[in-house]
Amino acid sequence: MATGNDLELVHLTKRYGNTVAVADINHRFPTGAYVCLLGPSGCGKSTTLRMIAGHEEVSDGSILLGGQDISHLPPARRGTAMMFQSYALFPHLSVRDNVAFSLRMKGVDKAARHARADSMLELVDMGALADRLPAQLSGGQQQRVALARALVTDPKVLLLDEPLSALDPFLRIRMRAELKKLQRELGIPFIHVTHGQDEALALADEVVVMNNAVIEQAGPAREVWARPRTEFVARFMGGHNVIATASGKLSFRADEVRLIEPGLTDTGLPATVTAVEYQGASVAMTAALDSGEELLALLPEEAFFAAPKNPGEAVRLSWDEGRANRLQA
Amino acid sequence: MIGRRALLGWMQAAPLTLVLLCFLVAPIAMIVVVSFWGATEFSIYPAFQLDNYAFLFGSPVTYKVFLATFKYALITWALTLAIGFTVAYFLAFHVRSQTMQIALFLLCTIPFWTSNIIRMISWIPFLGRNGIANTALQNWGVTDAPLDWLLYSDFAVILAFVHLYTLFMVVPIFNTMMRIDPALLEAARDNGASGAQTLRHVILPLTKPGIMIGTIFVVTLVMGDFITVRFMSGSQKANVGRLISNDIALLQYPSAAATAVVLLATVLLIIAVLLRFVNIRKEL
Repeated sequence: MATGNDLELVHLTKRYGNTVAVADINHRFPTGAYVCLLGPSGCGKSTTLRMIAGHEEVSDGSILLGGQDISHLPPARRGTAMMFQSYALFPHLSVRDNVAFSLRMKGVDKAARHARADSMLELVDMGALADRLPAQLSGGQQQRVALARALVTDPKVLLLDEPLSALDPFLRIRMRAELKKLQRELGIPFIHVTHGQDEALALADEVVVMNNAVIEQAGPAREVWARPRTEFVARFMGGHNVIATASGKLSFRADEVRLIEPGLTDTGLPATVTAVEYQGASVAMTAALDSGEELLALLPEEAFFAAPKNPGEAVRLSWDEGRANRLQA
Repeated sequence: MIGRRALLGWMQAAPLTLVLLCFLVAPIAMIVVVSFWGATEFSIYPAFQLDNYAFLFGSPVTYKVFLATFKYALITWALTLAIGFTVAYFLAFHVRSQTMQIALFLLCTIPFWTSNIIRMISWIPFLGRNGIANTALQNWGVTDAPLDWLLYSDFAVILAFVHLYTLFMVVPIFNTMMRIDPALLEAARDNGASGAQTLRHVILPLTKPGIMIGTIFVVTLVMGDFITVRFMSGSQKANVGRLISNDIALLQYPSAAATAVVLLATVLLIIAVLLRFVNIRKEL
């Protein structure tokens, strides 16, 4: 069912000369969802976003929004709005004029556009700073202004290009909560490009993992994390171990790896501890199997320190075979 | 004791202060002093009198010549700005590869490998009565007779000025344009701005400091010039620089100094007004 703002990518391809940045991807974004495009740098996620926004030409395929092909429309006529990585606020314009910029381009008169801009600024809690210049704002405040400027156009889809990467870690966590809240209030889809899997898990209703110009896996955040389809996804999402077995590759969760009591030598696999990292609630212990494969075990902190292990010590590790996840690639 | 640090500070500042005192402050002070001196047909004598200024402000020629100088400055400024902005815009936003940008930029500076005078004089055979321009125009049938106003006219003077000084507009404007974040242009497009609107509402305001620096260059160069006006007008036109140079040729140093002081004050006033409009400090 195509409703007003369903976004769909059909055989979308982007080539730069002989290199393919985005290779024939097909995806339908769920209606009104917070979607994260996740992947390492150079995987094509930003290019995909920029093609949707209209800042990058489509080499092949199309982009459908609400059933209409928008692949060749200018950015402002697509019904999308983009929030840029560095926010791209106009340094010579006040916060209010930045937000009112698109209305000014449309020829809306000053009083009306300022009233509208002020109401957008109220939405992002920036009403009090409307007369400031962008240089007088902190990173988080600039981001809110950028958000207000994107939303003032009443977009059907909001596109965010690594919106949190310019912020310090504390602010990043606060801003992502606000983004999520705003998306829920507005009910329009947000498509958010990031290379941070924790950010994607925290925010997304749907995670789309990209690698080497294609979509590796797409689905609800819990599904992508708990049941990675490929080795790449398992490793990129983190918290998983991947081992090769006779019947193919398996992944299993690092927090389900258990340390066997010394003395019980008939269960589990022998391994040598290579690194121990204290992480607060848990301890991340890396151990090398005899086969050379490294395993990560996330052990409860109290249990670990009841019988601490040091690098170089021999241990035995086990996990529930039944809960392992078979990888397709 | 003032302290070694203070002394050290003074010593570090001393060389530059000395250079500026010797080569900037002292000569200007000298000009100001001499402008109050007296002169006869064959001698000058130290004095403190306002005769030179009285004569300068009392003569209608002064006003005419200053007006002509302003006219040259204004027209040259408008043309160099239009050309300079266009060239800089092309270099900064249309040329994609940096290598090409640098290559084209160097190309712009090639004319500066020869002297001002040579570049100026090379216009003369081109624009003259039987010069290339006139011959070509007649051969093409555009005109029947040679155009007289091509050489030794205001047209020639302004042409030479524009030719000589456009680069002084291109460089600072190009420099400021290169600092504009390309994401701003995308943001403008995303917000529905057309090319012209982006130019008007984003690029132009952000390029203002560069335009202002270029303006100061061009205006001061044109206001102080005398040789271009002399050569290209065939000594038929005058500006303040020529007024001064004529006085010097007649050894009327006090009168020349007075004119120079008035010119200096005028130019400083113009720059002061320009700086009221745009803050160029962030560019320096």
